[in-house]
Amino acid sequence: MSALKIKKGASSHSAYDLRDPNAEVIGSHTLAVMVDNEAGVLARVIGLFSGRGYNIESLTVAEVDHEGHRSRITVVTTGTAAVIEQIKAQLGRLVPVHEVHDLTVEGPSVERELALFKVAGSGEKRVEALRLADIFRANVVDSTLESFVFEITGTPEKIDAFAELMRPLGLVDVARTGVAALARGA
Amino acid sequence: MSRQMTGAKMVVQALKDQGVDVVFGYPGGAVLPIYDEIFQQNDIRHILVRHEQGAVHMAEGYARSTGKPGVVLVTSGPGATNAVTGLTDALMDSIPIVCLTGQVPTFMIGTDGFQEADTVGITRPCTKHNWLVKDTSKLADTIHQAFHVATKGRPGPVLIDIPKDVQFATGTYTAPREAKVNHYQPKVKGDLAKITELVALMEKAERPVFYTGGGVINSGPGASLLLRELADATGFPVTSTLMGLGAYPASGKNWIGMLGMHGLYEANLAMHGCDLMINLGARFDDRITGRIPDFSPKSKKAHVDIDPSSINKVIHVDIPITGDVGHVLEDLIKVWKSRGRKVNKDGLAKWWGQIEQWKLKRCLSYKNSDKIIKPQYALQRLEELTKGRDRYITTEVGQHQMWAAQFLGFDAPNRWMTSGGLGTMGYGFPASIGVQVAHPDALVINVAGEASWLMNMQEMGTATQFRTPVKQFILNNERLGMVRQWQQLLHGERYSHSWSESLPDFVKLAEAFGWKGIQCKDPKDLDDAIMDMIDFDGPVLFDCLVEKHENCFPMIPSGKPHNEMLLGDASTEGAIQAGGAVLV
Repeated sequence: MSALKIKKGASSHSAYDLRDPNAEVIGSHTLAVMVDNEAGVLARVIGLFSGRGYNIESLTVAEVDHEGHRSRITVVTTGTAAVIEQIKAQLGRLVPVHEVHDLTVEGPSVERELALFKVAGSGEKRVEALRLADIFRANVVDSTLESFVFEITGTPEKIDAFAELMRPLGLVDVARTGVAALARGA
Repeated sequence: MSRQMTGAKMVVQALKDQGVDVVFGYPGGAVLPIYDEIFQQNDIRHILVRHEQGAVHMAEGYARSTGKPGVVLVTSGPGATNAVTGLTDALMDSIPIVCLTGQVPTFMIGTDGFQEADTVGITRPCTKHNWLVKDTSKLADTIHQAFHVATKGRPGPVLIDIPKDVQFATGTYTAPREAKVNHYQPKVKGDLAKITELVALMEKAERPVFYTGGGVINSGPGASLLLRELADATGFPVTSTLMGLGAYPASGKNWIGMLGMHGLYEANLAMHGCDLMINLGARFDDRITGRIPDFSPKSKKAHVDIDPSSINKVIHVDIPITGDVGHVLEDLIKVWKSRGRKVNKDGLAKWWGQIEQWKLKRCLSYKNSDKIIKPQYALQRLEELTKGRDRYITTEVGQHQMWAAQFLGFDAPNRWMTSGGLGTMGYGFPASIGVQVAHPDALVINVAGEASWLMNMQEMGTATQFRTPVKQFILNNERLGMVRQWQQLLHGERYSHSWSESLPDFVKLAEAFGWKGIQCKDPKDLDDAIMDMIDFDGPVLFDCLVEKHENCFPMIPSGKPHNEMLLGDASTEGAIQAGGAVLV
């Protein structure tokens, strides 16, 4: 039997279909994952995302029930609708995972992120930074004659906007917590 | 009823309480206390392997042929890392395995101690779940949880890493029924509304097909019985994945053969042309679907799977049913009967007419020879000479594996063990030992290729030591046959490193380990040689020299839809008659 007439580089040259089936719309989703706070649980969740090629835009985790040793992981991820469904199913079958909620589709929710901004400068720039901080309801949590540290809470978009404004005014350093989110209502 | 004991004693006690009768393992520094306890009891048999990968594959063979979890005990560091391939294999094929590993003492973890490896880190992605136990008082509880997780829901491998100081320390033993019930309780009952929706489609379907997988076998023998009842009552054709062979009998009237890349023409065309596909415990693997946009384009699809993440992962389905195949089939049959056992008789008659047409292609035909043994012929003879017996078949990975799936018939579940998902060369031989340990009087045959077989040949000593009379049926083409086939068809016949150079004299090798060695190269001698193999009371290495350049057909090239499958030389050259004569 002779070789197959297949164009070089065609997918059939591979043991796998190399064509990407996902040329669809990509959306951002905020997932809340309730887990047992046991050793390695975060590695398990992160490993799932990296191992299966999912994105993590933001991740926060802390124990929220000290008696029951439960942690809440809030993860913002992107993907097509099918990928998001797959991420939720994959998370759901991990043994230490109790619940997975997709706050983006399950109804209205509030999202907040906390950030600290260090801005150094003097003269007019320093005054302008303080004025903008006031507009954004950022608090000054540290101050020297040459610098401020602002604390700001809000949606990721608000924090992005504040960062843009601070950049020309002497922005030195930023620390962000990532998104924490809860469904609205009872 | 709690008792004080050392961690090492707890391990043995917990295994006993879980009903474990055999452990596959290899000792080392970090598991010595457990081995000391094993030495002082007679309830649990220990099979000393020659390499930790072999231990896991043996446990897989044991698990798949019994339905019980397989247990592995290995040491820290290299013991654990050697087990990784087996664990990954078990994860891909959903085989329940409980693997116990030793670890350096807790106070040494993280210091790069002798034979230290981050075992839970390394095995996290290749186990269903794993635990590092740092406190003896939690050890028994963890072991009981491990058995629960390994066997409930979609089965899989779990690992418990036990530091040496935890084995030495004393704690309170927890019995299985006192163990904390894990919140891990996968749903087994399917949604009745969805099941009813499926029944409604089944009543009208003109061209239905059952596409069954390993999930039917994992669900237990009851699920296979229910599948048979439903298929026979509805008259729907049944095809199966590599993993699901035996759930519906190969001799059953609705059987249309295995599907997939090297599946039967009629099975693949039935999948492509059906109007209702009922997936029971299979997962739309890429070896099954071919090109996804062209996969069974005109069908409504239902998918029953205990793992919600399998549903809509690759193929979007119209009726997703999360649940255990056995439970869902039970409800499905109940609903279908209560609605009057309706099927579309006219549609089905036409559909079977079409399937019979496809069967006329005789897609498995090949050109036989009276001078050289064709691998297909060897398997046909093996089938003929062994089929009535209490027989278990394992395989390695490659052409021989596909031919075995095509030419051997399985009438019962748990009789066919092969590495499907991971495709692990070197699986079959140790797996055959594991099967034989569980079924000492059965005929256990590993259908192998010479290249795969050499990957775990060190287990010959294990077979000799534990008197497991496993039969190694090697189809020796002195090639990595499947690789060679791809190179021939797709890489310009450039056979890069796909031949087996410097092969041993298999007969002498057999004798060196106290086995019987048989070599056969003439088709005329084959039957007698196979009978010699079967009749010998002990392990046999059967070196069957076969045609070196035979290709495995039918074949769906990757990225092609089901209706563009390649048939063999025999059919393309109009030689069906010659090959067909052999099949009669």
